[in-house]
Amino acid sequence: MSNVLIIGATSAIAIAFARQCASRKDRLFLVARNATRLQMLVDDLQARGAVAIASQLLDVSRLDRHVEVLSAAVKFLKILDVVLIAHGSLPDQQVCETNPSALQQALQINGNATINLLALVANRLQSQHCGALLVISSVAGDRGRASNYVYGAAKAAVSTFASGLRNRLYRDNVRVITVKPGFVDTPMTVSFDKGLLWAQPETIARGMQRAIDRRRNVVYLPAFWRWIMWLIRAVPESIFKRLSL
Amino acid sequence: MVSARRHPICSDEGIRSQLKQGFQGISRGLGRSYGDSALAAAVLDLTGLDCIRSFDHRRGIIHCYAGISLQELLSVIVPSGWFLPVTPGTRFVTLGGAVASDVHGKNHHLDGCISAFVEQLEIMTANGDVLVCSQTEHSDLFHASCGGMGLTGVIVSICLRLRAVRSCYIEQTTLRAENLQVAFELFAENQGASYSVAWLDCLARGDNLGRSVVMLGEHADSGGLKMQYKAQFAMPLDMPTGLLNSSVVRNFNRLYYRHAVNGQEKEVYFVPFFYPLDRLAHWNRLYGKQGFLQYQFVVPEDAAFVVMTEVLSRISAAQLGSFLCVLKATGPGNANYLSFPLQGMSLALDFSFTLSLLPLLNELDAIVVDHGGRIYLAKDARMSAAIFRRAYPKWQIFSQVRENYGAAGVFCSAQSNRLGLDG
Repeated sequence: MSNVLIIGATSAIAIAFARQCASRKDRLFLVARNATRLQMLVDDLQARGAVAIASQLLDVSRLDRHVEVLSAAVKFLKILDVVLIAHGSLPDQQVCETNPSALQQALQINGNATINLLALVANRLQSQHCGALLVISSVAGDRGRASNYVYGAAKAAVSTFASGLRNRLYRDNVRVITVKPGFVDTPMTVSFDKGLLWAQPETIARGMQRAIDRRRNVVYLPAFWRWIMWLIRAVPESIFKRLSL
Repeated sequence: MVSARRHPICSDEGIRSQLKQGFQGISRGLGRSYGDSALAAAVLDLTGLDCIRSFDHRRGIIHCYAGISLQELLSVIVPSGWFLPVTPGTRFVTLGGAVASDVHGKNHHLDGCISAFVEQLEIMTANGDVLVCSQTEHSDLFHASCGGMGLTGVIVSICLRLRAVRSCYIEQTTLRAENLQVAFELFAENQGASYSVAWLDCLARGDNLGRSVVMLGEHADSGGLKMQYKAQFAMPLDMPTGLLNSSVVRNFNRLYYRHAVNGQEKEVYFVPFFYPLDRLAHWNRLYGKQGFLQYQFVVPEDAAFVVMTEVLSRISAAQLGSFLCVLKATGPGNANYLSFPLQGMSLALDFSFTLSLLPLLNELDAIVVDHGGRIYLAKDARMSAAIFRRAYPKWQIFSQVRENYGAAGVFCSAQSNRLGLDG
């Protein structure tokens, strides 16, 4: 039995992860923005066997509320064994190119908010000298592409920040796990045509649990993305800039 | 090719907002109905609306949103000693879809369709109201919606009464029947078996016409409730057209029949017993790019032998081998307006698609309907409106209920169009 805090709990990957936790009879603290969907999830996890669940509403772009929500989680769970930061939104790249406020909002949700939460949770985990901190970054953060570099830039910041935290917290027995999913079939990606490379949220969630159990640092999910991204990073910039990926 | 706008739904509010914006189309689960019942210009994808609302472990009552898959449901209920009261031949359908098709299973002869175990449904009607309906409350909407192919409104949630089990294993008995007559006798003799179904070799001719392997099952008492998770194999791409041609099918069928040991009893895990095809994801790709058509009909008991003999002779003569051919004794029909089963025998076939298949199926339609039978809407992709009306005489009541609840003109599919239900 673990104590699990999930931020962005109603995102498809987080739901799949939370259900795994519930069937293992974990204690859960869920944070999400939409009250109706959060309540639906709480009932669902209870029916699946979660031992204790509490939840709190939060719009992650309200950085000023992060401290308060985290204290509520700590008060309920006492020790944080696993923390998952899973919120995110896929911005419309073309709108962001011309509309500064859309750009700011995309960076705020996918970048600043995540980093702020990472920083706060990291300090808490450091003080308890244990715990696993998972953050959902993305393969999009590995290299900027014309089709979604705004989202990619935010995720790159998250990956780099997480890498630094991992380094800092290593001696405190705190594990930081950067999760880089490839294409996942979720409501966030409904407008895409799905092909062979697409994975289900449940597959990603199973991979995340494996990453915790095997004490991994950076995981690509499904694993073949590590090789795809290796290839994509290997292309020289002079060629890469001409490609449309 | 049908291209559709797909709207992912995660809450009933999501459905309501689509309806307010003038949605016209059909709700969809995992898209496993074989025909065009989940195709429309716009579809509400309910697979994200998959939460469990409550699960009473003691009484075996589970209340779920419609988008939950049977696979997910099983993974929650089986470990606590419960099982689906009725299950179709695949776990990869949603509960909402199962109710909308009023699915039957290998226990239909005793237990009826899934609707018999539905305590209540919540249905969002065209104006965005959620109505609770059951056999006693808004019963007209209940009887129209169970088996109603999503044409009455959006099934939002289902409260289902489960079956208690002590084990996740099935005691399976295999019996060989050298022809149709023997198969019918075996079904009659084994009416008391909890589950019964026959795999049938539809290319056998003459004295062997209707040669089959009958499988009976009972829930075991031992073996425990621990679920097994086996990897699924997947067909990565379309096979060449004609891979499943009649000589391949004939040889497969011959081997399958010979391989079956008459009178063999063994304990099998519930998944291979109920869901043999689930092991191979995208098995439809075996049929190649042009795909296949599935055809399932049921005929009343007194006409069953004559009709089955006629149908099998015609298929055998046409050399259009069906790879999968499933025979099943069905119990009494129910009060739902478009529910498929009625007391008699049902046969399900699938055919590699060719244009020459269509006239054959039209002939079969006529034979079936002339003898008081029906064709299953969840598998139908080509039946004519005229045949539909003869097969489902309560279609007018169904249309009236749709009218009364404002569903006509809002909830419609390629199938409802074809069947003349959209005026």
